[in-house]
Amino acid sequence: MHVYTQAIIEAFSLIFSGSGDVWPVIGLSLAVSGTATLIATAIGLPIGYFLGMSRFAGRGSLILLVNTAMGWPPVVIGLFVYMALSRTGPLGDLGLLFTPQAMVIAQVILAAPLVAGVTTAAIASVPRDLRLQLRALGASRLQEAFEVIKESRRGVMAAVIAGFGGIISEVGAVSIVGGNIQGSTRVMTTAIVFNVNRGEFGLAMAWGMVLLGIALVANAALTMLQQAGSVYER
Amino acid sequence: MSASLVERAAPAVRAENVRVAYRGRTVVDVPAVELASGETYALLGASGAGKSTLLRVLGLLERPTAGRVLFDGSPVAAGDLVARRRIAAVFQKPYLLRGTVADNVAYGLRLRSVNTQERAARVTAVLERVGLAGWQDRSALTLSGGEGQRVALARALVLEPSFLLLDEPLSYMDPLLKRSLSREFAAILEGEHITSLYVTHDQDEAAVVADRIGIMRDGHIVSEGETDTVLGLPADEWQAAFVGMEPSLRGRVVACSEGLAEVECGGVTIFSTAQQPIGTRVLVAVRPEDVTLYEAGAVLPLSSARNHLDVTVSEVRPQGGSVHVTLERAGARFAAAVSRAAAAELELKPGTCAIAVFKATAVRMRTDDRRLA
Repeated sequence: MHVYTQAIIEAFSLIFSGSGDVWPVIGLSLAVSGTATLIATAIGLPIGYFLGMSRFAGRGSLILLVNTAMGWPPVVIGLFVYMALSRTGPLGDLGLLFTPQAMVIAQVILAAPLVAGVTTAAIASVPRDLRLQLRALGASRLQEAFEVIKESRRGVMAAVIAGFGGIISEVGAVSIVGGNIQGSTRVMTTAIVFNVNRGEFGLAMAWGMVLLGIALVANAALTMLQQAGSVYER
Repeated sequence: MSASLVERAAPAVRAENVRVAYRGRTVVDVPAVELASGETYALLGASGAGKSTLLRVLGLLERPTAGRVLFDGSPVAAGDLVARRRIAAVFQKPYLLRGTVADNVAYGLRLRSVNTQERAARVTAVLERVGLAGWQDRSALTLSGGEGQRVALARALVLEPSFLLLDEPLSYMDPLLKRSLSREFAAILEGEHITSLYVTHDQDEAAVVADRIGIMRDGHIVSEGETDTVLGLPADEWQAAFVGMEPSLRGRVVACSEGLAEVECGGVTIFSTAQQPIGTRVLVAVRPEDVTLYEAGAVLPLSSARNHLDVTVSEVRPQGGSVHVTLERAGARFAAAVSRAAAAELELKPGTCAIAVFKATAVRMRTDDRRLA
């Protein structure tokens, strides 16, 4: 138990002293995963809305594809993005490898299917008659989409939570495309791996606690939004 | 709604050669259906008959597999937002939005960017019309089913639509509430003079609200016309069973004097106040509730009822609070609805002889198209 006690003490000391690169690492973690979540929502929400609302041949196959993508291994995505951004890759000229932008790209690819998949289920559960009612009261396609998303906001927020939760805690992709460069691309998960490799378990544990705490606060905020109420009751 | 208004009015909504198929299975196939301006047309039929699908097509909420819809003679399509905004609808469930009654009623007005002041004035006025004056600030979530449906009706009426769709709006109500609300809805629709399409599986509801009725079966409109005619003169066995009657009797007008037509139906002579030229082949029928039964040989009280027929009971069937009695005479079959007490007193059972009495004004009559064809 001693090792855990020591780690907890070290964690608090790390957080409250603000020593070293604690705050920059926390800031970068939130910036990368937050930006990736926003972009993934911008991509995944329309896809989820379309798949949830529409009925067309091949819809089942597309949903299967999205659901499969929800389980993509971060390491594989990291490798894929690494190859694309490496000097010999198709996007090598952009010079993004080992930058926070590269980490955002990898995390968007991981989070977008999560947002799209959960959104699909949420939108599909909206009663068809409600959509008919909105249309029959003169809602345009955009107004109808807005109301349907508002109506299924609990599910849509769950999709955003799933997306953020899936990437804030992943290490495989960000470590490959970011490289864990101190002061540049080090985030909390890569810091944990780095400290473990150096045998600094206390420090690694401390990062783990910070990560858990941030995940808790971020998800609590999103959950509060999610539970702010639904748009219709009858 | 007065018949004269309907007769004068031009067709407002028309559908031509409408066919709707899902996965290759045709669920609606209607060559033509037309709603006159200001009339309430009820689509009546059992579940799965295609009523709601046809309503969605006419209301531009669904694109048909084939065919077209015309408003005031011009073709319109499901994607036409301007045309859609001339329509409003009330469905089985009101789907009230979270917020006040006023928020809900004003929803469609907000979509149309109507300014706040006008919105408030129109909401106030429409709530008064549906019997909810002063209910603006109540939470929509605290309303009962009947109140919610009134709010849904107000939400549609406030848009001042030229075409109103009502898709089984009272189907979730208990029978008592349904009866009172259907009367209220009928009065409101009559007052509004809006062309309305009312879908229901309940013939009593249709009879209360509609000027004309179309009966749907397996995706087709199998009978259409004035409410009294459709519900009182079933053309075949299926329609008769659906409206709770025996099939209409086929006969020929043999005499006509002093406003009274004498119709020979096989061995039975029936008097009707409906007018048809002598020699015309006709369908005649009388609603079961218009027929009174007396014990065979009884001395009948003085009454204005012109039809007195000696009949034999062929079937006795309890139906709700009354008893449905099928009667026969010389091969002609019709029915009477009598109270349970009367059925017991007359000891009605198959084979019982009785006297059926009904007024000439209760006998519906129209030309027999099938024979004329």
